[in-house]
Amino acid sequence: MADTRQIRSRRGPVAYVLRTFVIVYLAVLVIWPLYEVGKQTFAPTKSGAEGGFSAFLDRLSDPSVTYAFSLTGTVAFWAVLINTLFGVGISLLIVRYQFPGRRVLSVLVDLPMSVSPVVVGLALVLAYSTGKGWFGEALESVGFYVIGTTPGLVMATAFVSLPLVIREIVPVLEEIGTDAEMAASSLGANGWQTFRRITLPSIKWAVVYGVVLSMARSLGEFGAVKIVSPGAELRGETATLLIQNRYNNYEEPTAYAAAFVLVLASVLALVVVSLIRKEDHP
Amino acid sequence: MSIDVRGVGKRYGDFVALDDINVSLPTGQLTALLGPSGGGKSTLLRIIAGLETADTGTVDIEGVDATRLPPQKRNVGFVFQHYAVFKHMTVAKNVAFGLEIRKRPKAEVKAKVAELLELVHLSQFAHRLPSQLSGGQRQRLALARALAVEPSVLLLDEPFGALDAKVRKELRDWLRRLHDEVHVTTVFVTHDQEEALEVADEIVVINEGRIEQIGSPDELYDEPANDFVMGFLGAVTRLGPLALRPHDIEVAVEPGVVGSTPGVVQRALRVGFEVRLTVDVEGQEEPVLVVLSRTHARALDLELGSRVWLSPTTGATTVPVLGVPREAVVSA
Amino acid sequence: MTDTLVTPPGPAPTRGRPSGTAKSSGGLFRLTPTSGLGLGVALVWFSVLVLLPLAAVVGAAAEGGFGRFWDTLTDAQTFAALRLTVVEALLVTLVNAVVGTVVAWVLVRDQFPGKRVLDVVIDIPFALPTIVAGLVLLSLWGPESPVGVNIVNTRQGIFLALLFVTLPFVVRTVQPVLLELDADVEEAAASLGASRLTTFRRVILPSLVPAIAAGSSLGFARAISEFGSLVLISGNTPYETEVASLKILKFLEGDNQAGAAAVAVLLLIVAVLTIVVLDILSRRVARRG
Repeated sequence: MADTRQIRSRRGPVAYVLRTFVIVYLAVLVIWPLYEVGKQTFAPTKSGAEGGFSAFLDRLSDPSVTYAFSLTGTVAFWAVLINTLFGVGISLLIVRYQFPGRRVLSVLVDLPMSVSPVVVGLALVLAYSTGKGWFGEALESVGFYVIGTTPGLVMATAFVSLPLVIREIVPVLEEIGTDAEMAASSLGANGWQTFRRITLPSIKWAVVYGVVLSMARSLGEFGAVKIVSPGAELRGETATLLIQNRYNNYEEPTAYAAAFVLVLASVLALVVVSLIRKEDHP
Repeated sequence: MSIDVRGVGKRYGDFVALDDINVSLPTGQLTALLGPSGGGKSTLLRIIAGLETADTGTVDIEGVDATRLPPQKRNVGFVFQHYAVFKHMTVAKNVAFGLEIRKRPKAEVKAKVAELLELVHLSQFAHRLPSQLSGGQRQRLALARALAVEPSVLLLDEPFGALDAKVRKELRDWLRRLHDEVHVTTVFVTHDQEEALEVADEIVVINEGRIEQIGSPDELYDEPANDFVMGFLGAVTRLGPLALRPHDIEVAVEPGVVGSTPGVVQRALRVGFEVRLTVDVEGQEEPVLVVLSRTHARALDLELGSRVWLSPTTGATTVPVLGVPREAVVSA
Repeated sequence: MTDTLVTPPGPAPTRGRPSGTAKSSGGLFRLTPTSGLGLGVALVWFSVLVLLPLAAVVGAAAEGGFGRFWDTLTDAQTFAALRLTVVEALLVTLVNAVVGTVVAWVLVRDQFPGKRVLDVVIDIPFALPTIVAGLVLLSLWGPESPVGVNIVNTRQGIFLALLFVTLPFVVRTVQPVLLELDADVEEAAASLGASRLTTFRRVILPSLVPAIAAGSSLGFARAISEFGSLVLISGNTPYETEVASLKILKFLEGDNQAGAAAVAVLLLIVAVLTIVVLDILSRRVARRG
């Protein structure tokens, strides 16, 4: 995408200085550290031992590590599922329906994005923990516990990634307007048929995009989870918590191996997202 | 001469935008560069302004070789089709921009801005932002901004192209009057032949990177150098070996004139005060278009299927259809 | 052209301005029993998940009255943590405002091999889980640093971590604005005699200011509330390297819910202010047209 205008294509010494600065800045801040993570991940466990891919797999096959990743996967799955259903529903309501408080709601659903994850965790504790929370005792009396359990982890994760799906769908819904939906209704389609055959196909990519973003965010959530989880090995220890615990216990190789998996997941998300963008805007 | 363009050529890859252009524009004249889109007229204007560099040739402005000068040093005023106003500055600040760059004293800047806003009738909007102006007002602002630095030449690239028909017409008349007042050497690019004929002292017709003809509006209209120029300046039809204007055809209901061509009226369309005839003529594939006044048509008592004889009127502008030598032919 | 994972948080772009699709004002549907039920379910879930817990935070902070809230925040150790957080966040924001604009400029205006790779690199700090971001930095600047620099438990470490996680904000808000800048305007400035530097300073930069401000406020909000990437780097030493979010954790672990809630409310206020600032900015830009 070169600029054809001469005024922009002419390059002075300043341009080369800026270019060099940006490359060095990004290299030192991002690229070099990432490279070091890769190096640590595949380093031999002990001096003299074999490094490389087998060492990496070795570290990941530890039962507490597999537990952490499967817990993270489970939590992310439920959080994303809930956010997708909720996100599609609330987007349709906000864009298509008239009800009191509609504008307030559309601002409020954005709020979780700006709240510190620690505050999210704290908020869930102050609302639902037994002994400390507003509803702790009521929940205890029916035998349902939020804090320190998997449902609590799902809630914390769902909270922080809540707006991601909505943010993607709302602009698309606003853009496509209601003409096609009205036409479908006038042709006799009921609400569900209109949604499934007209609305859903046009917001399909927005939903997929939102799901990928939510998934990436959910897999990597740390702060909120840290506070609501017991965080002990094989007991509520998600992948991100595992990384912290292992690093602090001087088991750095395991921490790096687990971190590397999450880095890969993030990069994969980036790639998928860029592919979707291409698909969406050919 | 205010602007001297000699041997200018410009290519974009394989595409020849300009091919050996030679043109001189006298001081104080209002010149139109006329031609179809993509013909190279905007490129020529931008080369004069220094916004593009020619591959070959030279550009002199006011006797100075400007070929290698950056746009900053050429002292030209440039007006863009889409105004290119500075959105974050007020109307007055926009006009003052060039003067502030030149570090003129504050009082002088203020006086000059006031004078120019007066000239373009925007005084009451001095403290508004451009977003609060209409398209025509923005273009007048852009013009005032360009004139503020007292440029040796004023260049306008399709200045009225983005405006609606009514505003375009108003601004066109206004530009002519403004030029008569300010007298700055002005070149404007347009693809609208009516605009060029109405406003310009001289027209340069450019097509496919070459100059087709240079002349006053009357010269171009009456003595087109070739069928391209003729076709570009107005409606053209074919009668036998000649291309000519539909209103330059004489219609008779009897074979009176020697050499007149017989034909049959296929269609008659009345548009306001004129009648447009489509006449089928033997030995010619496409029909001849004829325009005549309503009164005249009525006098001839024409209807569909009427037999008519067509001939060029006396003094009609004609050019040979397959005129390989590009010379005007004026039939008597 | 920018394939970005980062839709920076803040009001979604289309929501601020009066929607051009007209349907949002005129052609809205009335609630049917089904959609009404859906709205009810959605509101209950939203309240359970978001509103009630946040209300609980505010409630806990308000429990002892304003006096106690104030005392908590002005306690020497807490105040030191808050001040450090704000100062570091401001410094990082300042650097980002300049460097982010430069990065965006180079990515849009310059052409060189590998530019697309850099464009992806910008997104990585945002895409990485925060704890991983911390670990990534420690791999180069940690106890086993290959260059022999250890940032653990230093203010420079906090600065670096915040710089890392806030990298995309200014870049990604400025980039699209730069892409859409009209080349005509720069040509107009040039023909009026403005040098390239003057054109940048007087014509281009003013058009970027709203975007720079928006990106900076997003980055500031993020820096104020950052937690994950600091957990491994900040040594959490009171008065030295303790930041607000870690202070909340410490209060909570010490069973001081009111203290945790007080700091949390402060962070919530910053979050809300950011949303308000962004909304004002986007309205102003929309008005300028």
